[in-house]
Amino acid sequence: MHGTRILDEADRLMTVCNSCRYCEGLCAVFPAMEMRRAFSDGDLNYLANLCHACGACYTDCQFSPPHEFDVNVPKTLAVARAESWAAYVWPRAFAGAFARNGLVISLVAALSVAAFIFGFAALHDRQILFGVHTGPGAFYKLMPHNAMAALFGAAFLYAIVALVMGVRAFWRDIGEPVGMKTDAAALFQAIRDAGELRYLDGGGVGCFNEDDRPTDRRRLYHHLTFYGFALCFASTSVATLYHYLFAREAPYPWWDLPIVLGTLGGIGLLIGPIGLLTERWKRDSVLVDEAHYGMDVAFIVMLFMTSLTGMALLILRETAAMGPLLALHLGVVFSLFVTMPYGKFVHGIYRFTALVRYARERNAMAQGAPE
Amino acid sequence: MADLNRKFDVLVIGGGNAALCAAISARRAGASVLVLEGAPKFYRGGNTRHTRNMRCAHDAATEILTGPYTEEEFWDDLLRLTGGQTDEELAKFMIRESKDILNWIVEQGVRWQPSLGGTLSLGRTNSFFLGGGRAMLNALYLTAEKLGVEIAYDAEVIDLEIQDGMFLAAQLKQPIDGASKIRASALVAAAGGFEANIEWLKEYWGEAADNFLIRGTPYNRGSILKMLLDKGVQDIGDPTQCHAVAIDARAPKFDGGIITRHDSVIFGIVVNKHAQRFYDEGEDIWPKRYAIWGRLVAAQPDQIAYIIFDSTVVTSFMPTLFPPIAGASIAELAGKLELDPAALEKTITEFNAAVQPGTFDHTILDDCRTAGITPPKTHWARRIETAPYLAYPVRPGITFTYLGTRVNRQSRMVMKDGKPSVNMFAAGEIMAGNVLGKGYAAGIGMTIGSVFGRVAGREAAKNARN
Repeated sequence: MHGTRILDEADRLMTVCNSCRYCEGLCAVFPAMEMRRAFSDGDLNYLANLCHACGACYTDCQFSPPHEFDVNVPKTLAVARAESWAAYVWPRAFAGAFARNGLVISLVAALSVAAFIFGFAALHDRQILFGVHTGPGAFYKLMPHNAMAALFGAAFLYAIVALVMGVRAFWRDIGEPVGMKTDAAALFQAIRDAGELRYLDGGGVGCFNEDDRPTDRRRLYHHLTFYGFALCFASTSVATLYHYLFAREAPYPWWDLPIVLGTLGGIGLLIGPIGLLTERWKRDSVLVDEAHYGMDVAFIVMLFMTSLTGMALLILRETAAMGPLLALHLGVVFSLFVTMPYGKFVHGIYRFTALVRYARERNAMAQGAPE
Repeated sequence: MADLNRKFDVLVIGGGNAALCAAISARRAGASVLVLEGAPKFYRGGNTRHTRNMRCAHDAATEILTGPYTEEEFWDDLLRLTGGQTDEELAKFMIRESKDILNWIVEQGVRWQPSLGGTLSLGRTNSFFLGGGRAMLNALYLTAEKLGVEIAYDAEVIDLEIQDGMFLAAQLKQPIDGASKIRASALVAAAGGFEANIEWLKEYWGEAADNFLIRGTPYNRGSILKMLLDKGVQDIGDPTQCHAVAIDARAPKFDGGIITRHDSVIFGIVVNKHAQRFYDEGEDIWPKRYAIWGRLVAAQPDQIAYIIFDSTVVTSFMPTLFPPIAGASIAELAGKLELDPAALEKTITEFNAAVQPGTFDHTILDDCRTAGITPPKTHWARRIETAPYLAYPVRPGITFTYLGTRVNRQSRMVMKDGKPSVNMFAAGEIMAGNVLGKGYAAGIGMTIGSVFGRVAGREAAKNARN
């Protein structure tokens, strides 16, 4: 018996799957399962976070519903995954954020945007708020750079601390030593596996979404989203370096690195989320954790809004709309940062951690070490 | 769905590996093809759902096969396991064709993987389907649909119109899109055996068949086989023969598949409901012996037996779906199994006393054996003495039957008068008896299905055009 009903069900399924093993070539979950004969809570949470939800094992399973063995690994692990995130959350008081995540994220985003708009309006008169500002330092007429850097630095730092605390709890739960020395080979392997989304390919043909025809669309859209996000992050980082190292102030000309990176990333972060959302809507409900539908949608929408407001700001930065758009964009980005540890964003962090663990296990097995 | 009232070039009855290979091959040869699968979509494919590999000859190691398996070696294996009860010409033809199937089946969308964990002994001879048998079926169905093969589910055929060895039409139980009679220029029967037809099994096994568990779907009723044999097709194969293994007695009546099997016999002893041993549990290595235990248990009273072992060997075999039944003492275990405690204690005491010293190694025929008891345990005999004592109840699990339709090298059915049918072909389990008179080796059923399915489809298409 486990701590929760969903872990009991995950245990039942892993017992069925471990006596079958037909799916071991599809992804990392089943080889990891085969390294065990019994499953602790931590083992099940590890397997749940290792699962990329490609759906292949459901479509390929001779025991999936309506069979009486009722084997539905993708859905069960999706629920277990979301419940594990709530269990690892820091501080504990925010565990409830995962239950009604769509509402929580929407409220935080709305409050954050409102705060920036009211803040700008309170601090500036109409001429500045709706004025046309151009040239270096234009944005900082509305919000001083140091204030911006301090506020967002603090929000980002908070997110990192909360995420690290969560991962620490996960790492402990799955039985890995917290103070272990860096395992470079496992880290590198996990970076490759995550970077390629190696296990979102249904064992080679693509993942299953709305029917039994495999497609690679989800992987494509996820790549656009993830690498779009990464490019936007790189753009901001380069701009920060420009500011402090070279005293070059934003806004930058269209050909400059922050704008090129931000624009490319922004385009990915527009198309990717729309694609993911479309696939999510089409997805066969039998594969999905419907209770956390709001969480999936909220995160995708937040990413989309980050890009949309950023792109609008880029296009309209030399018009009177710049002030309100800046407030909007900063509000969205701020709420994205502070809600990172309390929503779907964490899936990437925990899955990456699980992939590191998997790479370590594989290496240990290959070297014949005892488990 | 196309108009089913029109006449198709090729009608395929059945929906497993053989049926789909026939449908794809006929369609690729230019024929219009309709597949009638009697089961609902989820249960499509008969026993193929539960398969995991195929035995094909190959002259060199491949990405997924660890070494060569020549035609000669395959033939030697087949000759030995059937005790010579095979049609040499057909069997050698199948083995030759199997080499090309390794590639052909991949062209139809099926993907291979190296042998699964716990099946290393098959790594050289057998190619495993990535994702298992249902994944293989899914790939074949997708390919068939893309090629334009028409497929109907829940399409049970209740009668075949056959005149002088010539197929005319098939009668459906329920009309589909207004059509209740399907006409075609050629027929491929690939509808499997009768293992799920308990009444038919009873003709050979008597009331004992009520205690059999069926490893595949309840749709393998052999109705097409019966119609063909009743309408003049020559039969082949021993009707009393079936592939049967000992599976967990707690398994569902139908479709428990592979996960209800037990690999623990060689690690303990097996007793019947009177707590008596009845066969040498250590006769040979398990992959060579697992397929006899279904028949052995079927011959015991009430068709039930118990694999009994102790806590020292629990991790020596694959994890099982159902946990072992445990007792702190032999008597407690006997109570839970509803066996006579005194009888079980006596059996185990006598067994333990008969165990000779030796060096245990389950991968070879080791020297751990008993002396002075009947039946002996000739290998892997170790005392059962460490509590908790554990047991799995087992019953006969019927995989498939051997009675079938005689075919020639074109996979064309042969009539009772010895003449080849004008336009009827058979593939898969329904004609496996041509190659397999008795015995079995892993993956041969799928080889028969793919090879003769491909041939039957091609020949049926050719037949339909002429």
